[in-house]
Amino acid sequence: MLILHCPHCGAEAAETDLTPGGQAHLRREGPGASDEAFEAYLFQRDNPKGVHFERWRHAYGCGKWFIAARATDTMEVFGTYPAQTSAPPRELLDRIAERRPDWRGRGEA
Amino acid sequence: MKRYSAFAIAREAARYHTGWERAWASPEPRARYDVIIVGAGGHGLATAYYLGKTFGITNVAVIEKGWLGGGNTGRNTTIIRSNYLQDPSAAIYEKARSLYETLSQDLNYNVMFSPRGVLMLAQTHHEMRGYQRTAHANALQGVATEFISPERVKEIVPIIRLDGPRYPVLGGLWQARGGTARHDAVAWGYARACSDMGMHIIQGCAVTGVRSEGGRVTGVETSRGAIGCDKLGIVVAGHSGELAGMAGFRLPIESVGLQALVSEPVKPCMDIVVMANTVHGYMSQSDKGEMVIGGGTDGFNSYTQRGSFQHIEETVRALIETFPMISRLKMLRQWGGIVDITGDRSPILSKTPLEGCFINCGWGTGGFKAIPGSGWGFAELMAKGRSPLTDAFSLDRFREGRFIDESVAAGVAH
Ligand SMILES: Cc1cc2nc3c(=O)[nH]c(=O)nc-3n(C[C@H](O)[C@H](O)[C@H](O)COP(=O)(O)OP(=O)(O)OC[C@H]3O[C@@H](n4cnc5c(N)ncnc54)[C@H](O)[C@@H]3O)c2cc1C
Ligand SMILES: [Zn+2]
Repeated sequence: MLILHCPHCGAEAAETDLTPGGQAHLRREGPGASDEAFEAYLFQRDNPKGVHFERWRHAYGCGKWFIAARATDTMEVFGTYPAQTSAPPRELLDRIAERRPDWRGRGEA
Repeated sequence: MKRYSAFAIAREAARYHTGWERAWASPEPRARYDVIIVGAGGHGLATAYYLGKTFGITNVAVIEKGWLGGGNTGRNTTIIRSNYLQDPSAAIYEKARSLYETLSQDLNYNVMFSPRGVLMLAQTHHEMRGYQRTAHANALQGVATEFISPERVKEIVPIIRLDGPRYPVLGGLWQARGGTARHDAVAWGYARACSDMGMHIIQGCAVTGVRSEGGRVTGVETSRGAIGCDKLGIVVAGHSGELAGMAGFRLPIESVGLQALVSEPVKPCMDIVVMANTVHGYMSQSDKGEMVIGGGTDGFNSYTQRGSFQHIEETVRALIETFPMISRLKMLRQWGGIVDITGDRSPILSKTPLEGCFINCGWGTGGFKAIPGSGWGFAELMAKGRSPLTDAFSLDRFREGRFIDESVAAGVAH
């Protein structure tokens, strides 16, 4: 069972207490955006076999949203952080790079 | 190729089964082919088969990183039905279902198609209205289905409990010519027929890159070296995002785990397929007597081919209410596959931004039933540049807002 640390209330939350919310750090396109950009925002998703950033809600706990960095091929969890940010924290990125030297960064597989 | 027949069984029995030939060859890859298909699942193999059979294109290689049929084609619960709501879906799924009717004869390979009937239970008023609407749509599309009463349901499925406290059975959408088939046999039968036409099925060979020149595909890189081609078909289900990345485009697809399980074998107790979509559970009985059970997908991306335990629990818990007799069954084994879910829950059969490169994916939780129709249409698309069966399923529908919204087709049901 997947267990994620909730960065808000500190609980070690089991999967059954959590609701998945899909890819993290999507940037919303506004009026005037091109069709391509809007299509990408609405439908195209990162789907890496490897490091992935995704939103979770601690639904049956404190109720707050956070983001987890997780490997989709091994289920290894690199860390979690509150959702009120537009980019992952530096130290988490460093930790991932250390454990996965071949990782090329977010959104690039 | 020596044909299979009752006579062949007698002949081979007389010589202690020493005379059977291998069903397909394992050739060394050539330097180039007219067409390369990546992925020897049902959809990839069926595509190759109809490229040869309908269009006479036989200089074809099907490249598979594992063993043929080892992906979702060999992991699914084999439900075949065509009772979809939207016209493009009904067309391609009904084409597939009707090809299944004679597939064993066409391939000279017993795929054990068993049109035993598929029943989708209506367990909420919302679902009841939804299925009545589908039955009307199917009547217009020429797909034989009907909405039936709880009494008829009980007649067809005596082991069902109609008056469960949470989810009473209010009726059902019944497709009498839906059913099941032997999943491995579908892959094996197509593979044997492809090999017989001189096509190369190259197993244990992973595609690691896509080569192009001036925006046109020229070949692939593989774990066994580079191989050239005129046209490339990507048919890799859960790995579509990876292959699209190699070819330089993105997809409206996420890969998630989906599981199934089977019970210990019991005496025949249910001779149709029952699906209960409100509770995310469905069940049929295999020829061996095992109850074959499946449920919903995990909610997060994964490539691990194993799913979350609580989904099994959820599925079984819900089914027990409707089928109290399964409550004491022991479960024998459980497994998972990685399914490719699109934004509108319908598949993608399309040209891609890379010229000469085509993609067939997004079948999600429900593509086994579609294998013959998908192969038929995708072969036409690859050979001629368009196909009436696949036109509506192109990639640009997401940009243009032409969705084929079948949220019950791939997101929940199978
Ligand atoms: C548990 C479960 C239950 C299901 N139940 C049903 C059901 O009842 N009815 C129904 O209609 N559908 C069902 N499905 C869905 C169905 O199984 C799939 O939609 C269908 O099998 C997809 O076939 P495919 O040929 O596209 O993919 P696959 O059979 O997965 O084949 C793709 C192949 O591509 C290969 N590949 C991937 N990457 C590479 C690479 N880089 N190089 C070379 N080869 C590569 C893989 O190894 C694989 O063999 C179910 C699925 C699951 C997992
Ligand atoms: Zn919390």
